[in-house]
Amino acid sequence: MDHHYILRVVSALLIPVIMLFGLYVQFHGDFGPGGGFQAGVIFAAALVLNALVFGLQRTKQVVSPAAMRIGASFGVLLYAGVGVAGLLAGDNFLAYSGLAETAIAGQHLGILLVELGVGITVTSVMVSLFYCFAS
Amino acid sequence: MLSILALTAFSILRLRGLFTVAMMSGIYSLTAAIVFLVMDAVDVAFTEAAVGAGVATVLMLATLAHTGVRAARPAPVSWIGLAAVIGAGLLLVAATLEMPALGSAEAPANLHVRPRYLNQSMDEVGVPNVVTSVLASYRGYDTMGEVTVIFAAGIGVFALLGRGRRTRGTEPPEDKET
Repeated sequence: MDHHYILRVVSALLIPVIMLFGLYVQFHGDFGPGGGFQAGVIFAAALVLNALVFGLQRTKQVVSPAAMRIGASFGVLLYAGVGVAGLLAGDNFLAYSGLAETAIAGQHLGILLVELGVGITVTSVMVSLFYCFAS
Repeated sequence: MLSILALTAFSILRLRGLFTVAMMSGIYSLTAAIVFLVMDAVDVAFTEAAVGAGVATVLMLATLAHTGVRAARPAPVSWIGLAAVIGAGLLLVAATLEMPALGSAEAPANLHVRPRYLNQSMDEVGVPNVVTSVLASYRGYDTMGEVTVIFAAGIGVFALLGRGRRTRGTEPPEDKET
């Protein structure tokens, strides 16, 4: 795609904005529409766009397939780990109220971490799928 | 909007060019997202637009790069199968006749846990977006299942495509244990 100058310039401008929007959707999901699933897909879309326009090899150098495999399992482990942390705090599995001083703060912390786990897994799996299909 | 959905679905059935089918399924997802938006399900619309219209279309196009872009000739119509499908469809339609009207206050969905979620969420969870509090806190088990499903799907695709591509055409790498 070396001759698609407009596509390359516009993508180079857009990809950071898309990533920033993904982070916004991830961490603003408590207050507006959004959350880990949507943010993960948006973040993955930025990486896929990068791979489509600037080449798969260059994207793989930045975001290696091995890192994506680790990320996919890390997200699930983070989610389950929050559940186990609730158990250790003397509560039920996946009950967040015991994670901080007050129940509300615990809920906020738990939801934040759980959504982060969802986002990491979704991004990693989507990018891994694209790597598998595109290579 | 629903008629556009139906039209898109029928055109996908009729088309044989798979490139067009990939594009049409993207359009279908985008229309479905608008339908969700009209029904005030913003979070679901968001997901549908991002996954269905965005990433799924790209993945389908990436798959088409490996396969052909023409569908095989369809098998001749099996009348028994057609009758079974139409019968099951009629049964489903008959079942929907007994469902409460959309948005009815007496519907079971609006009587069971929903009032508690809507009224107590701010005190119990303290998150303004009730969808997030239900998804991540009240229904945390379900969401963990969803993440695990995505993880398992990724592992499955990786097991099918990830290793085979690397070893194609060359000697398979020697197993270290043997």
